Amino acid sequence: MTSVFENIGLVFIRLFEQTGLWFRMLWRTMVWSVRPPFEIDAWFRQMVRVGVESVPVVFLTTMFTGMVFALETYTGFHRVHAENYVGSAVALAMLRELSPVLVGLMVTGRIGSSMAAEIGTMRVTEQIDALKALATEPVQYLFVPRVIAGIVMLPFLVILGDALGIGGGYLVAVKLLGANGVIYQNNTFQFLQIKDLWTGVIKAGTFGLILTLTGCVRGYYTTGGAEGVGRSTTQAVVSASLIILLTDFFLSKMLL
Amino acid sequence: MNPNDGEVIISVQHVDKFLGGKPVLRDLSIDVRQGESLVIVGGSGQGKSVTLKHMIGLMQPDEGHVYVLGEDMCCLEARELNRFRQHFGMAFQEGALFDSMNVFENIAFPLRRHTEMTEEQIRTRVRECLEQVHLHGVETKRPSELSGGMRRRVGFARAFSLRPEILLFDEPTTGLDPVISDVIADLILEMDSTLNSTTVSITHDMKVAFKIADRVAMLYNGHIVEQGTPYEFQQSSNPIVRQFIEGRAEGPLTE
Repeated sequence: MTSVFENIGLVFIRLFEQTGLWFRMLWRTMVWSVRPPFEIDAWFRQMVRVGVESVPVVFLTTMFTGMVFALETYTGFHRVHAENYVGSAVALAMLRELSPVLVGLMVTGRIGSSMAAEIGTMRVTEQIDALKALATEPVQYLFVPRVIAGIVMLPFLVILGDALGIGGGYLVAVKLLGANGVIYQNNTFQFLQIKDLWTGVIKAGTFGLILTLTGCVRGYYTTGGAEGVGRSTTQAVVSASLIILLTDFFLSKMLL
Repeated sequence: MNPNDGEVIISVQHVDKFLGGKPVLRDLSIDVRQGESLVIVGGSGQGKSVTLKHMIGLMQPDEGHVYVLGEDMCCLEARELNRFRQHFGMAFQEGALFDSMNVFENIAFPLRRHTEMTEEQIRTRVRECLEQVHLHGVETKRPSELSGGMRRRVGFARAFSLRPEILLFDEPTTGLDPVISDVIADLILEMDSTLNSTTVSITHDMKVAFKIADRVAMLYNGHIVEQGTPYEFQQSSNPIVRQFIEGRAEGPLTE
């Protein structure tokens, strides 16, 4: 009986420990991001890696989501004779919710995992110790360029995703289901507010921070060789995805 | 040189360290003097690497103090600690080269970050460092293309590229064949005399230890059980030291 309570307690202790560690590393990343030297080259390299190289994944994910969303809503809305609102529904859902969350999760799988594996390997092969021994702060050299790249590039990916999702929805509704193109276009933008775009962009920046920092922190605290690197990679993806989904709810509530 | 000459530049005082709840260092005290070559020997898991990491501030003691050049390493802020670490060069066990960079970039890394040298000066300095470790034409190779011995030598070159006063060698010959081990030992001796720095090495290879040391210290159970010149060390009557030198399976070490 005691062991059950002990285990529950341990789970909570670990949770609090990890949360504390995450915020501590966030603070250290912030502090080191304003200290010279600024590794502009590294920042750009990471931006290309996070942003440019993720375009194909974002393209496919958001476009098909827009398409399937239009398909399903059209069928549903048709039953209540509200086909005219399909465009609005697709645009609102993409901008506020689907594009940021899907892009966040996809980039977590692509980038969060690779950052955890990369930094984790550096840890187990003593390259992190070597950085320190060469009088270089690992948080500044490794974390800062990656986290900045996440915060800067995710909004661009999400805006791209918005456009592709709306475009995909248009294609399905107009070309496949025979909706009127002009009416669909008008309806798409009729109820949109600039706030909806901002909501998505703010979410994107936040998710960019979460997925890169989680990847870096998990990699940085890797122990136990190749197996440990594998564990860190999995943990990075799982915890970043969970944090993104939790944060998404609270951000949506705040930014209504 | 006489090991008792020279001022103390690293002083480890009564250090206790626990890792994962287990004691690794217990009341460890040892001094390193200016210009000497100290070799710390001991079996696997006796805390040799941990001792070395305390000296450069990669680990902090749970109890006790580590003074380097008179400064207590525990109480330095991150930026001060980084400035302090420029006094050190550390060569890691497997080299710990950055595998995202080639050999040239690895050695140039500290030069680019901590000096105002021009690209031309950096190129010259990197070539000098590689010559010092007898390597030629490997600048554009990736660490993964090098053999174990070469990786270590590049690691040495990177460690002393800033001309540090103190060089630390973590198991410089472990996993190398006896010939390459001897080459590496010669190299350390050579660096010791030409760079005129203080070196601390850890190893369990007694042949290498006797070759490069001015003073040998044996670490057992987290503290120093014996130290002296290589000659004194070889004459020691301490059963722990005798068993280790002679490499016997029976004795106090294995009880």
